[in-house]
Amino acid sequence: MSRSLSETLRLEGGQVLATLIRLTGRFDLAEDALQDALLIANEKFSDERLPENPAAWLTVVAKRKALDRLRREAKRAAKEAEAMSLLVEDTDTEPTDQLRLLFTCCHPALSPEARVALALRTLGGLTTKEIARAFLVTESTMGQRISRAKAKIASAHIPYRVPDDHELPDRLPAVLNVIYLIFTTGHHAPFGSWDDRVDLGDEGIRLARMLAGLMPDEPECAGLLALCLATAARQPGRQSDDGLPVLLADQDRKRWNQEQIQEASRLVDGALRRRSVGPYQIQAAISALHSLAPTASETDWEQIVTLYRMLEGMGGSGVIAVNRAVAEAELSGPDIGLEVLEAIEGLDSWHLYWSTKADFLRRLGRGDEALVAYHQALNCDMNESDRAFLSMRMSELQGQFPGRNQ
Amino acid sequence: MPKYAALIYSPAETEGMGSPEDWARVMAEYNEFGEAAGAAGVIIGGEALHDTNTATTIKVSGGKGGDILTTDGPFAETKEVLGGFYLLECADLDEAIKWASQIPGAWHGRVEVRPCVEFPEG
Repeated sequence: MSRSLSETLRLEGGQVLATLIRLTGRFDLAEDALQDALLIANEKFSDERLPENPAAWLTVVAKRKALDRLRREAKRAAKEAEAMSLLVEDTDTEPTDQLRLLFTCCHPALSPEARVALALRTLGGLTTKEIARAFLVTESTMGQRISRAKAKIASAHIPYRVPDDHELPDRLPAVLNVIYLIFTTGHHAPFGSWDDRVDLGDEGIRLARMLAGLMPDEPECAGLLALCLATAARQPGRQSDDGLPVLLADQDRKRWNQEQIQEASRLVDGALRRRSVGPYQIQAAISALHSLAPTASETDWEQIVTLYRMLEGMGGSGVIAVNRAVAEAELSGPDIGLEVLEAIEGLDSWHLYWSTKADFLRRLGRGDEALVAYHQALNCDMNESDRAFLSMRMSELQGQFPGRNQ
Repeated sequence: MPKYAALIYSPAETEGMGSPEDWARVMAEYNEFGEAAGAAGVIIGGEALHDTNTATTIKVSGGKGGDILTTDGPFAETKEVLGGFYLLECADLDEAIKWASQIPGAWHGRVEVRPCVEFPEG
């Protein structure tokens, strides 16, 4: 089976599944029927051209398979009636099917971990094994998580519908959060050694694009897509040839993806014009400002500081405060950055808190204290390339302050 | 239509506390909920329970017909105690959550919504 065929079928599958769930009202039946149809498609089209509209073809076959399965189950009249009603329903896939499915997967009655897993399983078409790998849990743990969530959707009757407008402020953030989490899990994946895993960064962008297309009146959806694009655009510059992370200021900006930067920038402008500002639009605006600056020194730090303050005003986390500290240091000097940083509580176990502090102290000529901060950073959990990078920075510093920290 | 039990829990330390005025206020809130949900045809059952110090726990050891062990008090001492329940009939979980969030117990304590098992007919 060629890679492109399986990839095409995976991507079309999400749409087909969403429609099947609408028609059958059942996750399990829809998934089984889709699997049946995918097996047939994989065999049939390995040496034959794919039909013009693979989703429509898959839907027809999967619907027939769902009917077969229902008939086999149909010991009671009610079941038979259920099967017959499938026959008369139209089989067109509707774009809103995917939106319904996304809101079901991201229902607040499900745990946040389960929401992410379900979205990837159903709309992303990823296997349980692939999702387990991405989130560093065993396949059986992930399998249980997914089947428990599906059981709850069925037994608690979690509805399969797009929330009404007045419910959206409560419900949309969970959907945005799930997609962003998928994106960042891919984006922050450890470098190297992960070549064989599905690119969740791309998957996050695909889902964000789908959501933005389905909810054009929600500027936060465009904001999320813009944030993902502006972040992904800089991906090619984030890593040196020997696999170490490269600081934003030191990145080769020619390697950034201009197409993605332009799209992100257009999306942010369009969203902000709607005057319904939210955290994703602001983060996207910050990311776009970084991406648009021709050189690091030409970055609009003043604007970035303002945007971070807005984010903090919306109930932002300590992580946002650290980012603001970095921007404040660029704008007004490392002493100001250090002041902001030292006011933050509860990030003692985050390596970037300590490495940021170390950097400020180094720039202030307080080498001994900087070395202590690097030690603290290296005591935290982080991926190997970050560790290698921090160790390198620390030895550079030790070289500048010889004999001080033996 | 699916049925849901809305189980009303309150902090154990507040049990039996509160002035008659507080009690009257809470009762008025419950009456208001009962009228609204009753008019919508959502409530199909429910009771308020006496305090847990009136509870008796029964355990039959050794299977059916075995020794009956009766103990004073609830099954487990917990920080939150079950004070009552409603049986709601709703279209789906969203509707059940909507009504459960209007039960006064949701702000005086918490309400747990549990779907009832639907046994196949016949």
